Amino acid sequence: MSSSGASRLDAKIPSGPLAEKWDKHEMDNGLVAPANRRKFSVIVVGTGLAGGGAAATLGELGYNVLNFCIQDTPRRAHSVAAQGGINASKNYQYDGDSVDRLFYDTVKGGDYRSREANVYRLSQLSMDIIDQSVAQGVPFAREYGGTLANRSFGGVQVSRTFYARGQTGQQLLLGVYSALSRQVAAGTVKMFPRHEMLDLVVVDGKARGIICRDLTTGELKRYQADAVVLATGGYSPVFYLSTNAVNCNATALWRAHRRGAWFANPCYTQIHPTAVPQMGDYQSKLTLMSESLRNDGRVWVPKKAGDTRRPNDIPEAERDYYLERRYPAFGNLVPRDIAARAAKVECDAGKSAYMSSQSVYLDFNEAIGRLGRDVVADRYGNLFAMYEEILNDNPYETPMMIYPAPHYTMGGLWVDYNLQSTIEGLFVAGEANFSDHGANRLGASALMQGCADGYFVVPRVVANYLAKGGLGEASTDHDAFQEAESSVRGRYDSLLKINGSRTVRDIHWELGRTMWDAVGMARNKGGLDDAITKIGALRDEFWQNLKVPGEGDDMNKQLEMAGRLADYLELGELMARDALAREESCGGHFREEHKTEEGEAKRDDDNFMHVAAWEFKGDGQTAERHVEELSYENIQVKTRSYK
Amino acid sequence: MSQSMTINLKIWRQASGAADGGFVAYTVENVLPEMSFLEMLDLLNEQLALKGEAAVEFDSDCREGICGTCGLVIKGTAHGPHAATTTCEVRMRHFHDGETITVEPFRAKPFPILKDLVVDRTAFDRIQQKGGFITANVGSAPDGNAVPIPKTDADKAMDAASCIGCGACVAACPNASASLFVSAKISQLSYLPQGQVERGRRALAMVTQMDAEEFGDCSNHGECEAVCPKEVSIENIARMRREFIKGAFGK
Ligand SMILES: Cc1cc2nc3c(=O)[nH]c(=O)nc-3n(C[C@H](O)[C@H](O)[C@H](O)COP(=O)(O)OP(=O)(O)OC[C@H]3O[C@@H](n4cnc5c(N)ncnc54)[C@H](O)[C@@H]3O)c2cc1C
Ligand code: FES
Repeated sequence: MSSSGASRLDAKIPSGPLAEKWDKHEMDNGLVAPANRRKFSVIVVGTGLAGGGAAATLGELGYNVLNFCIQDTPRRAHSVAAQGGINASKNYQYDGDSVDRLFYDTVKGGDYRSREANVYRLSQLSMDIIDQSVAQGVPFAREYGGTLANRSFGGVQVSRTFYARGQTGQQLLLGVYSALSRQVAAGTVKMFPRHEMLDLVVVDGKARGIICRDLTTGELKRYQADAVVLATGGYSPVFYLSTNAVNCNATALWRAHRRGAWFANPCYTQIHPTAVPQMGDYQSKLTLMSESLRNDGRVWVPKKAGDTRRPNDIPEAERDYYLERRYPAFGNLVPRDIAARAAKVECDAGKSAYMSSQSVYLDFNEAIGRLGRDVVADRYGNLFAMYEEILNDNPYETPMMIYPAPHYTMGGLWVDYNLQSTIEGLFVAGEANFSDHGANRLGASALMQGCADGYFVVPRVVANYLAKGGLGEASTDHDAFQEAESSVRGRYDSLLKINGSRTVRDIHWELGRTMWDAVGMARNKGGLDDAITKIGALRDEFWQNLKVPGEGDDMNKQLEMAGRLADYLELGELMARDALAREESCGGHFREEHKTEEGEAKRDDDNFMHVAAWEFKGDGQTAERHVEELSYENIQVKTRSYK
Repeated sequence: MSQSMTINLKIWRQASGAADGGFVAYTVENVLPEMSFLEMLDLLNEQLALKGEAAVEFDSDCREGICGTCGLVIKGTAHGPHAATTTCEVRMRHFHDGETITVEPFRAKPFPILKDLVVDRTAFDRIQQKGGFITANVGSAPDGNAVPIPKTDADKAMDAASCIGCGACVAACPNASASLFVSAKISQLSYLPQGQVERGRRALAMVTQMDAEEFGDCSNHGECEAVCPKEVSIENIARMRREFIKGAFGK
């Protein structure tokens, strides 16, 4: 099934020493003179850190930008929900941090499945992000002397995470939003809120436009440009329940995939170890409890299986602080994939918190004793309040109950070093691309990647693309626009016509269960084969038995959700196929057939040290798997250990 | 796990901005106390969908109180009777079996209704565009530690910056004033050294746009602070007034 597809998967990594690649590339890149920039238009889909940052910066540079989002205002993109912080290799704490160390931690954290050159650039740019955000008025936490404060996140032994209380994503995004607002006023960025991209338009092999549905009126609209940037975030809601916002979706990516953009490592998903556990099937989402809590919280389960005592009735000697026991060097701050799997192991062995067999304790008793309640409240007060509102239980008094939940997708559209996909002129940024985190992302690194891509990488690589010239006319009357619009119209008309007996939520719920059971924290051949069959059958059921009320030419959120679910039903299968083909365990991808005696992930570097990029072959056809080999020249590939 | 409830709803329905609206009564069964208010509305929409009736449209996204997308007037109060929560954080355990709950959109002239419970809050964006930023192009920033910021100032800036732009303050104000929202942004940037250069200009431009959008005047009712899910303080409004005067008189 594997083929090399080498020509199309050329990562275009600049030559020269790792530390000089980006600077050298900058010099080699073409430029567009200031007076010529307004003649070029760029479509940016997404207003999160990646999309909003790119749109604002392209606007500052003088390009004509068309920026789209689903929400009623760009300030609500899902980046707003990030809690814990953003990494940067500033070494303000003088604890041994550096560009090299952030690079090293990220490659190791990703279990040696990411691209060295991309990660190095990310690590270099991380510092500029902090400077840029401070200049915009982002109120990061400070020490009394006025300097920036840091905290620690999982998988590292330095303090390099910058934060704004438990609302780091919100504050960074408001920085982006303010820059964007300034460009809207300046006329360089035209903002299209409540617009959903439903197809990509490719003219003569180049991305030249998109088809959107105006979510207020239902009208389909065509937009044309010289380049298209997708920064549409991740696809965790394929699991139905996840920590993501309810409108997060894969539609933009999936539609581009069907038009020729290859999908890389779709099975690499991050299950975050600390979310409020699922309590019932009425739920619409799972609420994250930030990783920062593991700075002070201790994770444990009762030593005895089936222990139903309340946590405060279980004496110290009868508790198993299993992370501290199994990983003494990193303790509670092991990376997410490891912490999540360890929780599953305990629960599978019947050891869990009393209220649910799918939960473990996160205990602040020791921290409250050591630091006092006020300090703990100052650090985590908002999270504790959120927790209490949901579970009606006070975490200052009783340990929190937590369980892993789908959270982030490392997979995404394949891009080269220039963030260009396999479609010319289609760039992909932020969580939507696959490039920087390998098989597992470290905490506080998604905001870093979003900002790096948005503010710094996209504006430069898009300029280089435009500078090359050779883009012909492509008006919205072109046949390709016609065809794309009528295919979208056909799809949405069909959805409304099915008139069956199952709701969107009902089918999405079923897809989510299948994905969670077979393509979640642990995967095996039997389960994956089975899931592929089930998802196919569910897709048929969807197209035959769905019920979407309301009209197409009106605001209709059920219809929006139906369109997104249709794409999840295709992507879900691809995720299972990717997980099946990857006969190894690495990072968040854990194949039960491939583990060490201690139950840790066992990589197969000889056969799988590569990126898998899937090519769409048409409806009813199986996608084709291509590979981009990874090579490590600056880092020694080891067995990942946090013991 | 817990007793399920029957909830009676009186929901504002309006086909479009131009159409007439009115309350429609619904009954939702099998509501669990653990459910969020929006999950209860999801349940209603499931029931409506199966009957082939159009869903009640309402906005939501993060469903954890941070994005500011949701916003309903529940039992006469923006974001419901519980303090310091957004609509999506309201849990059904705060209501009782058989209770009748009225649900309305955020009402204000500058927030026209688009459909049912969904309103257009883009007036906020337009105010922001007039001056809710620090002019700092990418490429021009000095080191993040170059200018120390006293922790107390950073904390005050953060308090103001925690506004989620939901518009509850406007919905709750008898004058439909946007003063709490606008003042939060003006205050945040006025506490920071980076915000000083454009300080006067910013206050003037944002307040002028707020008036142009036909938000009402602030007459110190304090309803805005009471409903604010992030407890943004009304003291910001006093600060905004001072900033505005400084801006207007060129100081
Ligand atoms: C609860 C939570 C907490 C987190 N905490 C942290 C943290 O502490 N640190 C960290 O580093 N990371 C964290 N993350 C991860 C991080 O927030 C995200 O990975 C990151 O913000 C993604 O940014 P983005 O710009 O790529 O996409 P997003 O911010 O998701 O933006 C996507 C944009 O695309 C738009 N869009 C999507 N589809 C379409 C379409 N079809 N048409 C038009 N527009 C579309 C959306 O409207 C939105 O504007 C957290 C994630 C969650 C869920
Ligand atoms: S849905 Fe985000 S604040 Fe309520």
